[in-house]
Amino acid sequence: MRVTAPTAVVIGATRGGDDNGTSMTQANGEAMSTDVMIEARDLTKIYGTQRAVDRLNFEIRRGEVVGFLGPNGAGKSTTMKILTCFISPTEGTAKVGGYDVFNDPLAVRSVLGYLPQRAALYPEMGVIEYLEFAADLRAIPKSEQRDRIKKVVKICGLEEALRKEIGQLSYGYRQRVGLAQALIHDPPILILDEPTADLDPNESAEVIEYIKEIGKTRTVMLSTHDLSEVKASCARVLIVNRGKIVADGAPDDLAAKSGSVRYVVAIDEKASAKGSGKAPASADEVLEALRSVVKDSTAKELPSDDRSHVVEVTAKGGDDHRREFFQLAVDKGWTLLELRREALQLEEVFRQLTVGADAKAAETSKSTAKE
Amino acid sequence: MSETAAVSAPATAIPRGNVGTMFNNTWAIAKREFASYFSSALGYIVIGMFLLLVGVLVFFVFNFLERNEATLQSLFEGVAWLSWAISPAIAMRTFAEESRTGTLEMLITQPVRDWEVILGKYLGATGLFAVALGLTFVYPLAISKMGDLDWGPVLGGYLGLFLGGAAYVSFGVMVSSYTKDQITAFFVAFVVGLLFFILNYITPALGSAAPIVVYFSPRYHFDNIARGVIDLRNVMYFLSVISVCLLATARSLDSRRWS
Repeated sequence: MRVTAPTAVVIGATRGGDDNGTSMTQANGEAMSTDVMIEARDLTKIYGTQRAVDRLNFEIRRGEVVGFLGPNGAGKSTTMKILTCFISPTEGTAKVGGYDVFNDPLAVRSVLGYLPQRAALYPEMGVIEYLEFAADLRAIPKSEQRDRIKKVVKICGLEEALRKEIGQLSYGYRQRVGLAQALIHDPPILILDEPTADLDPNESAEVIEYIKEIGKTRTVMLSTHDLSEVKASCARVLIVNRGKIVADGAPDDLAAKSGSVRYVVAIDEKASAKGSGKAPASADEVLEALRSVVKDSTAKELPSDDRSHVVEVTAKGGDDHRREFFQLAVDKGWTLLELRREALQLEEVFRQLTVGADAKAAETSKSTAKE
Repeated sequence: MSETAAVSAPATAIPRGNVGTMFNNTWAIAKREFASYFSSALGYIVIGMFLLLVGVLVFFVFNFLERNEATLQSLFEGVAWLSWAISPAIAMRTFAEESRTGTLEMLITQPVRDWEVILGKYLGATGLFAVALGLTFVYPLAISKMGDLDWGPVLGGYLGLFLGGAAYVSFGVMVSSYTKDQITAFFVAFVVGLLFFILNYITPALGSAAPIVVYFSPRYHFDNIARGVIDLRNVMYFLSVISVCLLATARSLDSRRWS
């Protein structure tokens, strides 16, 4: 900022608003720079010969709740361990709250709350005892600890577990204690590594509710491979695969951008249309016929009861092919039970980006091997 | 803490959060470590076994009562042997177990310095040893009731026993930081500790190298202190062992960042 400021002053002066111009530029400059809460620049971590994180670049701004998404082993945890200064990057830099993870790890850790994957807590400690320990390490004065603990207990719904030992708690409750620990010092930034892994759907929904509440006033980065979770809680998604960011945007935008649509077509398996006089179609016949309707599409049979063939056709481009599907059914004399068209879900975008990329990478490595 | 918070933040950074003083962080970690021995069975088992075995050695092996010597030489010898045996059990969990379960990640990502974690854990573990050792003080007390007791050598002996145990614990902590398996940590510390312990028994076989080798044996330094003469060189020996072991622990902890 220091370097650009004088230029801004000159511009301000030529426009005649000297004093105002200066102060406004500076104010804007500060707001801009403070805005980035988590920043990764060419972040790389190499384990042996494996690039767990491969020149990762991203920025997370104040107040964002960002889902860090990727298949297992994509480098999510490694990235988070670097951001929380548990491990050091092989190359590149990262800043949290404006502090460099390498040069000032204590400052980085002081401004963030971290919930590691499968948050490991001391099983022999009581919940209150553990939270007091966390408060001690956060240098919260004894006189304020009671209030802080009360607050996080309320935020994380821990009232019923207070008198228990951590080892006796269900996994869901343990995860909440981990969350409480990360919130004890009211940090502006939270890094949560798979906060809902291994939870049952109810527990998981609860934890997500707590995270949504927490995210209203904080910057949150949470990793997960559960997409419904991301849709429920995150305004922005970073999809990472093989240590690289493969997509970045709002969940809906990502789904729209992928540009694929899918059709679900159900054909009666037992009866052909009245008066057609044809035998009911076989599954393979239906699959093949539907695939040939749209160029470059893929078709697969979805599980169904034994009365109908349900086929999913995924096609590129925004054209609507429903008419052609209907016409096909008429021509073949099939009884059409269902026909619908929908944009790809985030799940499918994710699969395309990660599995698709893997398949492509595998192909390229094969072809290079042949050469 | 205010003294760290006073360091000016980069122009683009948000305000620092609290960072505890070195003393407070170390103390909080030491307290938790010490308390954890008693919230599991380990603390009671270690102290119970220790006291039981000291009793067996003192009464049956060294014939404490029949010898009728108020010098307590036999007690010291027994306790010195057993310190080597129990300190691996005290130290085995410190890092191995925490790094296996993942609680170490939770601890290290708090705003604490690595060496606060090491020192805190070490002090917590040494605290347990001190309690076990302190409980054997009933023997000198009992003897002092039976007759005159020269307290000088007794206190010297206890200082030596404490330093010896503290050194063994530091060795165990170091071993524990290099493995994720506490049983491995126990056996390595146990066996290597034994080798050092018996160094001065094999010196006759060493000829002219003996004085040098003997210097590395904790027994040699302990025996000196237990005679009631507190020589700074003997004290320095134990303090050096502790420093070297804790520095090696710091190295081990630091290496996780780069692996």
